Amino acid sequence: MKHTKEPAHRGKTDKLDSLLANDNAVSVIVVLLGLLFGTLLIILVGKNPSGMYSAMLQTLTGLDIERGTWNARYIGEWLTASLPLILCGLSFGFAARTGLFNIGAEGQYIAGLTAAQFVALYFPPIPILHWVVALIAAAIAGALFGGLVGWLKARFEVSEVVATIMLNYIAFFLSRWATMQIPGSNTYKTPSFPASAMLTSNVLQSLTNDSRLNIGFWVTILCCILYWFIIEKTKLGFELRATGYNKEAARCSGIKVTSRISISMILAGIFAGLAGAIVALGSFSYGRVLAGLDNYGFNGIAAALVGNNTGLGTFLAGLLFGMLASAQPLMQSRQIPKEITWIISGLVVVLISLRAGAKLFLAWRAKNKVRMRMEIQTASGASSSEDSLNSGNGGQKHNG
Amino acid sequence: MAYAIEMLGITKVFPGIIANDNITLRVQENEIHAILGENGAGKSTLMSVLFGLYTPEEGKILLRGKEVHIKDPNHATALGIGMVHQHFKLIHNYTVTENIILGNEPRDRLGNIDLKTAQKEVERLSNMYRLEVDPQAVIEDITVGMQQRVEILKILYRKADILIFDEPTAVLTPQEIDELMAILARLKAEGKTIILITHKLREIKQVASRCTILRRGKVIDTVEVDKTSESEMAAMMVGRAVQFQIKKAEAHPGPVVLSLQDLSVKNSRGSSAVDNFSLDVRKGEIVGIAGVDGNGQSELIEAIVGLRHVESGRILLNGQDVTSKSIAERIRMGVGNVPEDRQKHGLVLDFRLDENLILKTYAKPPFCSRRGLLNFGAIRQNSQRLIETFDIRAARGPETKAREMSGGNQQKAVIAREIDLSPELLLISQPTRGLDVGAIEYIHSRIIAERDKGRAILLVSFELDEIMNLCDRIAAISKGEAVGIVDAKQADEREIGAMMAGLRSLHTSEFGGKATSPANPS
Repeated sequence: MKHTKEPAHRGKTDKLDSLLANDNAVSVIVVLLGLLFGTLLIILVGKNPSGMYSAMLQTLTGLDIERGTWNARYIGEWLTASLPLILCGLSFGFAARTGLFNIGAEGQYIAGLTAAQFVALYFPPIPILHWVVALIAAAIAGALFGGLVGWLKARFEVSEVVATIMLNYIAFFLSRWATMQIPGSNTYKTPSFPASAMLTSNVLQSLTNDSRLNIGFWVTILCCILYWFIIEKTKLGFELRATGYNKEAARCSGIKVTSRISISMILAGIFAGLAGAIVALGSFSYGRVLAGLDNYGFNGIAAALVGNNTGLGTFLAGLLFGMLASAQPLMQSRQIPKEITWIISGLVVVLISLRAGAKLFLAWRAKNKVRMRMEIQTASGASSSEDSLNSGNGGQKHNG
Repeated sequence: MAYAIEMLGITKVFPGIIANDNITLRVQENEIHAILGENGAGKSTLMSVLFGLYTPEEGKILLRGKEVHIKDPNHATALGIGMVHQHFKLIHNYTVTENIILGNEPRDRLGNIDLKTAQKEVERLSNMYRLEVDPQAVIEDITVGMQQRVEILKILYRKADILIFDEPTAVLTPQEIDELMAILARLKAEGKTIILITHKLREIKQVASRCTILRRGKVIDTVEVDKTSESEMAAMMVGRAVQFQIKKAEAHPGPVVLSLQDLSVKNSRGSSAVDNFSLDVRKGEIVGIAGVDGNGQSELIEAIVGLRHVESGRILLNGQDVTSKSIAERIRMGVGNVPEDRQKHGLVLDFRLDENLILKTYAKPPFCSRRGLLNFGAIRQNSQRLIETFDIRAARGPETKAREMSGGNQQKAVIAREIDLSPELLLISQPTRGLDVGAIEYIHSRIIAERDKGRAILLVSFELDEIMNLCDRIAAISKGEAVGIVDAKQADEREIGAMMAGLRSLHTSEFGGKATSPANPS
């Protein structure tokens, strides 16, 4: 290729192209834009936006710059709030990689939460084994709820969107009813859990000045690694991704598409179920009779979208949304309306659709680039336009 | 001579490609002007500009010397420009007349559609140009050739005097092509101006007076057809001398590899697509299935691959009944398949090239360990080997997304993967659709090389030339039925054409699983 006659600013435009073509970069841009809008909004209502940023800083580092104090508990609470978001994000992401829209992480989360509460109250209080069994039970409950959807989809072509939404309600009311049957329960709580069922981690607690940060932290990190490993490194992940991108081609290649769909939903359910257990046994000392949805399942969708359905991305995005949620009380104490954080997370999700916009923009630029090159060639008359045609990919689509 | 249409300096740019680069086309009044070019040369884009579907970046259009800015197809129609599209735009459960008047219905005084007047007008036009179309027939009951004539009537009804035909012969049998050529001549005799888009030289020779040749978005030349030879035009189209005949040695067929016995398959709508079809394919021979698009070829291949349920009959692979075996099992037993639609069935476009190249072998060592872990080193090596052997061109090598590759290289990737399976039986559908001549020559030579290695090959193509050139035996399919099978050496294009239209030939050998054909030298 002859690029000697390209315009001088070409290097710069290429950088913009590759930036916009990179999904991760777009995610970062979107988050920054969301924060920018939030800032503008605060100014608009006549408050000082620095309050929002100092609240965020305090959530992230425990540092209160207004009073000059430091308390690690803020960090611990932030991480604790992020864990279920990350896990529900993994749940959504895992299904999404197989081409499914798992809007049912909420239901799978409730199933896991309920199963964990039952094990906590009824399993003999053997140290360690108690909470391990509770986690396993939660994973199984989530897997059942997810797997049911996968089976319906694979066997009867029931839309997973409809099935998961319905199952969310079934899980919710089933959980309420079942939990209220436990002797000693009232309309909002069960008796307290034995200490052996709790996910308490002394190390993490002492590091974060007695926050509620618990063993769930390690479970979540393990899940992120597992997620990445399955998707990227294993045969199963290859099959799931092939199914997600092109079901027809996957089928032609001998991949059993229907069973892959079921497996994908089972794994998605496990992640969400574990999220339920971690909230139940990490943040509460008693079983809850749910009064409403915790919404971790739905907010997890946002985390997965911003994190591009990757393990690391979802982890980071979950931390971001967890930070926004835990910064709320601190913002209120600085006279910033706490709703601003919901506006920011909402904006981030809406702006993620910018990704499609970025693609349109890139196509427009690619078109201009060819034109520019062509004009240069006509001007110089030296090189043949066949070079530029050769370098263009996928051109055949437009003809024939 | 006056020009009916002048397109001056037309430039149309798509992302990543200049489809039309400063193209000037002058079409004389009352001539048949051919536009010749390979797939992707910019023919259809140019005509879409003329028909108002695309706005060009640069250039102007003169209609009988006056500049026009064609906004949309309705505007083009109003100006007397009509287009017969490659894929017909007809409503299947409407009658011919209803389709023709759609969007332009004559009304009586009460505002109701006046079908009687319309029918009379359609009949008049049909008789005038001897199109022999029954105005009251329902579209789904009439042949493809007839449907095309309805399309022609549609634009005549709208009083077009400049008619654009976009690859009109792609869907026709040889007999129907002859009829169309006669119709084109009659239209010209009645004073119409015709633009014929094609990549078939014979048709140009037959009817066109002048021909404009496009290559890679540029005009190469406009020539007088009777003063230019076919090979000269071909050379201009491709940019170098072209071989018309494929060199291939005598076939040495061995034992039967694939045996289809009274196979019946339904299509997705539940009606019969393949009906009591029997055919044998032997080791070391290429058997072609000739037929017009939509006569059960796709369903037949899908049934052999295992994608489609077999209603009755059996599929034997090396004597073993595979009729109810899974897709994966059939792949393992040696069925390779180059599908008709490479983007839908052949490739995962968002996968990288190296991933696409293991799409059928990913579960086997060395690509996958016994514990289910992928071996990326082996995957990369495999792709580098195939990229080299099959001359696959991809900007970023193994890491290139299939989506970013050109159509020819996507097809090379699919063929590389399927051939590398070293299958017992290689099914190939439409291997060269949408490819340029260079890629076509390469793929043809690869297919013959595989035959010479002793593979059994079943080839489906809608291009009769491709079938005649490549195959050792040719089976014709019509409405899902095997009409006849002939030895390629003795095959006559007319005869196969008649069989494609459903007429059984006298010269065909006995059909059926056990019958030996003249192609078998033993």
